[in-house]
Amino acid sequence: MNFLILLTLFTLAVFLGIELISKVPPTLHTPLMSGSNAISGITLLGALVSAGNDYSTLATWLGFGAVTLATINAVGGFLVTHRMLAMFSTKKTTKKTAK
Amino acid sequence: MSNLIQAGYLVSAILFILGLKGLGRPRTAVRGNQLGALGMLLAVVVTLTNEQIVAWPIMIAGIIVGTVLGALLALRVQMTGMPELVALYNGFGGIASVLVVLASYDQVIHTGTEDLTYLIAAAASAVIGAITFTGSIIAFGKLNESISSVNSSLIRPANAIMLVGALAAGIAFVASPQGWTWLLILTVLGLILGLTVVLPIGGADMPVIIALLNSLSGLAAAATGFAIGNTLLIIAGSLVGASGLILTQVMCKAMNRTLTNVLFSSMGAGGATVDPNDVYEGKVRTTSADDVAMILDTAERVVIVPGYGLAVAQAQHAVRDLTRTLEENGTEVVFAIHPVAGRMPGHMNVLLAEAEIDYEKLIEMDVVNPTFAQTDVAIVLGANDVVNPVAREADSAISGMPILDVDQARTVIVIKRSLSPGFAGIPNPLFAADNTLMLFGDGKAAAVDINAAMAAL
Repeated sequence: MNFLILLTLFTLAVFLGIELISKVPPTLHTPLMSGSNAISGITLLGALVSAGNDYSTLATWLGFGAVTLATINAVGGFLVTHRMLAMFSTKKTTKKTAK
Repeated sequence: MSNLIQAGYLVSAILFILGLKGLGRPRTAVRGNQLGALGMLLAVVVTLTNEQIVAWPIMIAGIIVGTVLGALLALRVQMTGMPELVALYNGFGGIASVLVVLASYDQVIHTGTEDLTYLIAAAASAVIGAITFTGSIIAFGKLNESISSVNSSLIRPANAIMLVGALAAGIAFVASPQGWTWLLILTVLGLILGLTVVLPIGGADMPVIIALLNSLSGLAAAATGFAIGNTLLIIAGSLVGASGLILTQVMCKAMNRTLTNVLFSSMGAGGATVDPNDVYEGKVRTTSADDVAMILDTAERVVIVPGYGLAVAQAQHAVRDLTRTLEENGTEVVFAIHPVAGRMPGHMNVLLAEAEIDYEKLIEMDVVNPTFAQTDVAIVLGANDVVNPVAREADSAISGMPILDVDQARTVIVIKRSLSPGFAGIPNPLFAADNTLMLFGDGKAAAVDINAAMAAL
């Protein structure tokens, strides 16, 4: 694909990322970090193609390793973020019911 | 790539953006995380429609193994152990990017289809991903205290040489991509750099490094996206890369240091050396749990300052119980949170939330500081450098670092194992101040004892 198109996407996404994350309250720094860490498991898509396209034994096994590790990153990351956030929200609901 | 895949990726990208946006606000954070996960699921499903994918069993096996391992780790970890788990996941993401690039290079080397974009991106991904991997593994080891800091005056010059070497290897690879040599050299240099850059980083700087590694794993994914021409990798990777950089910057600002300063010089290099005996001798007053209970009994406003030590002692639940007792007694209790308290950004907030302490009671430094003058008792639990008043003076190792002004409270109670210095390695005159009482001991045990003493009053 045209390099300049990819570079455009990259640049816009960097600016968007900066805008999205500025002014996040400190309470959410840890969940934000672990949630965005899970998103960086997106490299899984590349891993799937490497593992699945049956090009060579070497590529397949490298791909298998990449699929496994990227899946751990993504699945584990979203789950652990959910656990953290659940602690924030249970409190809110108990408070509401108490009132 | 088919239109279906591209359209699916567009929807995934939107879900990631909405997800990150949601994660930035307390009310929408849970949904934000779910949107991110949904985006990932959608991206995986549409990728599987790629007609190049034929070797299903091995791929499915990878997904199953990864899901089981990832879920097991995520569901079993204690909240105190969470920072190291995030570091570990981060490392896995980094090395996955390296493996993807190596696998794609195996194909490129045979078909000879490499172009300049591919080569530059592959080199960048290999080196950044490798640094992320070993750097995160070292961070993981340091956070769970199985690896201690190594510091030698040789490490930093060696890092500079290796960085130049990696740059040269990258140029050589792009100029003559004949075989595996240069790409493997790049990967190995990246692996070594990750080790040697993170090894000398001390405990108080870990929040900065965790944020930086998080950013790097995103950038590695983005570079991989350039190499294999995958738009979603580029978008998601650069979103994460940018957000990680912002957090890195926030953490650096909280410590009044620059990123170069964290990476290339050790803290405490500047400032005069102070003999601890001059500061402490004959001036430190100790107290007991019973006395503390009596002081707290008459207090109207108490501010608790939690630090790294609270996490180590796992004292969050004991502190919650003490807070409840005080509140039943009619005392106002809030928590003062320094931006770099704990082992990763926002770590204290998560630990205290786990103990069901309302997050509205967790007050940021700038808001809580003016209120210390109207505070009867400040309890410092496992914090040191972030309450050290010498930061306000010109000639000290932590000069200019923003601190919590606990010394302005009427009485300061410091719960600590000993008078040992914090990460900055300097004595803390707060411990010898006229209005300070030291309660030596384990944070958790101390909180339990004070609580029991209050009940007995």
